[in-house]
Amino acid sequence: MPAVERPVIYANLRKPGYTVDLDCYLKHGGYEALRKAVAMKPEEVCKEVELSGLRGRGGAGFPTGMKWKFLDRESGKPVYLVVNADESEPGTYKDRQIIYKDPHQMLEGVAITAWAIQAKQAFIYIRGEFIHGAKLLEAAIAEAKAKGFLGQNILGSGYSCDVIVHRGAGSYVCGEETGLIESLEGKRGYPRIKPPYFPAVLGLYNCPTIVNNAETLAQVKHVLALGGAEFAKIGVPGDSGTHIWCVSGLVKRPGLYEIEAGKATFGELLYDFCGGPLDGRKFKAIIPGGSSTKILKFGERFKGKLPGGTEFDWALEDIPLDSNSIAACGTGLGTGGTIVMDDSVEMIQALSNLNAFYAHETCGQCTPCREGSLWLSRVSGRIAKGGARESDVPLLLDIANQVAGRTICAHGEAVAWPVQSAVPKFKDEYLESIRLRQSGEPVPKLKLI
Amino acid sequence: MHGPSSSAPARALKPETLAQAPVIIARYPQRRSATMPLLHLVQEDRGHITQEDMHWVAEQVGVAPMQVLEVVTFYPMFRQAAIGRRHVRVCRTLSCALRGSYALMEGLEKALSCPRGETSPDGDFTLEFVECIADCGCGPVVHVDGAMHENVQAEDAEKFAAKLKATLKDPSYGQHPPVPGTPEWNG
Ligand SMILES: Cc1cc2nc3c(=O)[nH]c(=O)nc-3n(C[C@H](O)[C@H](O)[C@H](O)COP(=O)(O)O)c2cc1C
Ligand code: SF4
Ligand code: FES
Repeated sequence: MPAVERPVIYANLRKPGYTVDLDCYLKHGGYEALRKAVAMKPEEVCKEVELSGLRGRGGAGFPTGMKWKFLDRESGKPVYLVVNADESEPGTYKDRQIIYKDPHQMLEGVAITAWAIQAKQAFIYIRGEFIHGAKLLEAAIAEAKAKGFLGQNILGSGYSCDVIVHRGAGSYVCGEETGLIESLEGKRGYPRIKPPYFPAVLGLYNCPTIVNNAETLAQVKHVLALGGAEFAKIGVPGDSGTHIWCVSGLVKRPGLYEIEAGKATFGELLYDFCGGPLDGRKFKAIIPGGSSTKILKFGERFKGKLPGGTEFDWALEDIPLDSNSIAACGTGLGTGGTIVMDDSVEMIQALSNLNAFYAHETCGQCTPCREGSLWLSRVSGRIAKGGARESDVPLLLDIANQVAGRTICAHGEAVAWPVQSAVPKFKDEYLESIRLRQSGEPVPKLKLI
Repeated sequence: MHGPSSSAPARALKPETLAQAPVIIARYPQRRSATMPLLHLVQEDRGHITQEDMHWVAEQVGVAPMQVLEVVTFYPMFRQAAIGRRHVRVCRTLSCALRGSYALMEGLEKALSCPRGETSPDGDFTLEFVECIADCGCGPVVHVDGAMHENVQAEDAEKFAAKLKATLKDPSYGQHPPVPGTPEWNG
């Protein structure tokens, strides 16, 4: 049977004539899940989310129910909910669709989650470039408040929760949850050290705070609509629900594909959904889950054991699209932002492009990340532009190895992983790139740096 | 405080801007959280942020001016110098680069007579590379003021530049209410 999409999050927003206003949302069953939630006890809502097996969609795949359990409910301080709508991981453009085409779907998830964790104040941290998106959200919040879905006395329950839309200003590291919190407090987005600053204990204004990705909260709406046990039947054990694959780069049909977890493979995604490589080209590599995940090369074999003990032996095309299978191949599902490269791409230029991104985005607090990202960008840049030595190739790896695991936030890993995964796989090609430039021979046409 | 500031003394902020500040501050549990929204507000009013503006924001949110400067210098979207009439931002990051954003940038540099990172001598355009703006499946993308232009191919750089130049003569530029699917809606 050919693989098919299973739109849940995108089910409505793709319908012709579907609009962002509340009336349209209500006609499509909107806010019924919230009605169900406020008739339940907050703990019961948390239980449903735990049962659902939902994992966060912000990149780390952390189980949402478990995150909510870590919340310090005894502190006596107010609890805050923060929606991470920063969507800043290169290759990722899924939350944008929800915000621009179906904002109430996310807001319903916000209201349900706020009720579950008993937050009286929620914040939506939206990336600064989503100028119109922020306005759409504000308009949607006003509509929802007027009808009692948000704001004072939600659906007559006596419970109130206000929502503020807060715009970022172009900094990637403000997508990291503690950097985001600092930014919300009106400061530079310097990530905080954990411990002690686990948001669920010491978050915004040093109060217990839950930070969830925008799509995660849209998923929560469906958890409540279906019930946790039913939701858990979508997908595969260990990864429930659908994943939105954001495919970009060199394929025939880049785009967004919502697929039940584990029910298709990378081969099906890239050939059946995306139409395969551009005419006359061959696929070379993909970055599977946003720019920070480790690169996979076509032609590699992936062997090992899944968490359940099942052995596997896969080509890239065979890897099933669920978190555990992808993690078993040494990389991550991340945000589902799959960046595709073909045989027209000079791999050192691709790496150098990403290194330049991380060098631009490091916040500079940690020496390994600040210096490492800059060095990686410079060294890969001189391989790509000329002036490199052969020893620069192992030097890249040497630098990256000194960054990962030695920093305050996971930006350190984001700096290191692309290099650590790409250098062993493309070393020979990098050496060839150096040779081409030393001998003055023509280099590939497509310029990436 | 240091930093570039324009030679002519800056005009006062608009009364609407001043009036909005207390409304924004009142939304937040703590005043200081209003720092970024106030900076956005000022930048929308004036086009950039001056030293006086930073002093004003600092006073509003109850911090030292230096703490506002720290914020302004951290975030790429805040700027202390004036820019051209049209702010053209081409995405540089990998997905867009794979679709030709470097060639597109070269084409725009020529067609707008403006090197990247600079403002054209006539003050019409500021042309910049920016990092991923979360529209990676439609690359190369170009963010112009508030509008997101998708699939701008390098070979169409001249045509695209001509379209941008035409907006300079359009008195209703930026006044149209966004329609779903248009660059203004996606921006
Ligand atoms: C450098 C960096 C950037 C991040 N950017 C984002 C982002 O743009 N959006 C997002 O939801 N999570 C981002 N995250 C992950 C967040 O820290 C956090 O894990 C996530 O918002 C939690 O939500 P979830 O549990 O619903 O996935 C980023 C993490 C790092 C280290
Ligand atoms: S790892 Fe990098 S981005 Fe994260 S806190 Fe350290 S310097 Fe900043
Ligand atoms: S890489 Fe250009 S929008 Fe993401």
